[in-house]
Amino acid sequence: MKRIVILDYGLGNLRSVQKGLEYVGSSPAISRDPEEILAADGLILPGVGAFVDAMKHLAPVKGIIEEYARSGKPMLGICLGQQVLMTSSEEGKLTDGLDLISGRVLRFPKSELKVPHIGWNNLSIKQDHPLFEGIPDNSFVYFVHSYYVDTTAENTLAACNYGLDFSASVVNSKGNVMGTQFHPEKSGTIGLKILKNFVEMC
Amino acid sequence: MLTKRIIPCLDVTLDRAGGCVVKGVEFVDLKEAGDPVELAKRYNEEGADELVFLDITASAHGRETMIDVIERTADEVFIPLTIGGGINSIDAIRQILRAGADKVSVNTSAVKNPDFIKESSDIFGAQCIVTAIDCRRNPDIKNNPDKTILELEDGTPAWYEVVIYGGREATGIDAVQWARKAEELGSGEILLTSMDRDGTCAGYDLPITKKLSEELDIPIIASGGVGNPQHIYEGFSIGKADAALAASIFHFREYTIKEVKEYLKEREIPVRL
Repeated sequence: MKRIVILDYGLGNLRSVQKGLEYVGSSPAISRDPEEILAADGLILPGVGAFVDAMKHLAPVKGIIEEYARSGKPMLGICLGQQVLMTSSEEGKLTDGLDLISGRVLRFPKSELKVPHIGWNNLSIKQDHPLFEGIPDNSFVYFVHSYYVDTTAENTLAACNYGLDFSASVVNSKGNVMGTQFHPEKSGTIGLKILKNFVEMC
Repeated sequence: MLTKRIIPCLDVTLDRAGGCVVKGVEFVDLKEAGDPVELAKRYNEEGADELVFLDITASAHGRETMIDVIERTADEVFIPLTIGGGINSIDAIRQILRAGADKVSVNTSAVKNPDFIKESSDIFGAQCIVTAIDCRRNPDIKNNPDKTILELEDGTPAWYEVVIYGGREATGIDAVQWARKAEELGSGEILLTSMDRDGTCAGYDLPITKKLSEELDIPIIASGGVGNPQHIYEGFSIGKADAALAASIFHFREYTIKEVKEYLKEREIPVRL
């Protein structure tokens, strides 16, 4: 059995992610123990809430996450967990992220569109990658966020449009550090398939 | 493209034996009908975009039972889940979210203490906090010059008054002003229920739905009065709502969620099918 660790850094509801992974046949551990993280076959960075808080809570394990990412083993950031993978965010005050993938986190501009962007929106899949194996283009997934990731085409696995095109899923150049702005654990069967794909990469 | 959400709502209460049942549901197979988890699974399979459980018992004993229902639902249903009914403490919100819910809706407790919205939004994030506003039309505009006057379907004016305790108590608060304040305090969404329409099957209260949808930057969930798919269509096309909540038309299998979505799609409302 693959050892998947859901990083517990004191923010957000980990139960849904845990249950989603269990549903696709994994038995994840929830942990913040450095040894357990480094020994994992797959690491999940969940997160809801504010970017500044998240980085504060991540500070004690920042070095461990960087070391894990360098190992080449798969890692998936979800929602705010995707945003913290990036270089910086303008949420609150300009704050440095983990910079595992280069790009910025920006607020949706003022327009007639509601912010937060809440609900089911479709993905435009941009690259062949095991995370999206068997996921049809234009599949609907569930989003809830006010800030979005702006990065290069090389770092974008899937895009989504809400007034502007943004990166709904990101990847680093090595292909092992991934993120989804949407919540796979709340996106029905499509989301579960993405979680299953991640487990299979581990 | 962001789709319009269809949200079935389950009013959950305790039966005499202390088990959890869905109010107002009569099925042939009582065992299935009574269990909110079974109903949640069915709605998920039919294509519901989210689920709302409303705890209408809202007692200490009811809360424990509700936690069990949330846990069992979240183990098997992987779409967003909102819990409402009598939530009045940070601790209660924490318990509910830990059990696997994604959002809570606050109503009377927020009217009584608006800072409760800010406090809970600061701790759990705006995306977790839905402010539920129950309102009723008030035709007395003469004595209420400070209220937001809207034009009703027949051209007469009225303002919308916030009511609490499930509609049993009027507050004198203007619903439009309250919604704006709830947004400022950190609500992620507004769940708007018209007490004039609730249970009538006469359609959503469109004037107030439209007003809030246009006034606010956060999404509006329309609720109260759905009797057929056309009502849901009007909630989106005329009321400009972001999401539509309905209970009885789904519980009684008058329409499946899929049928409603197909009806909407034919009329060019974007839905997830």
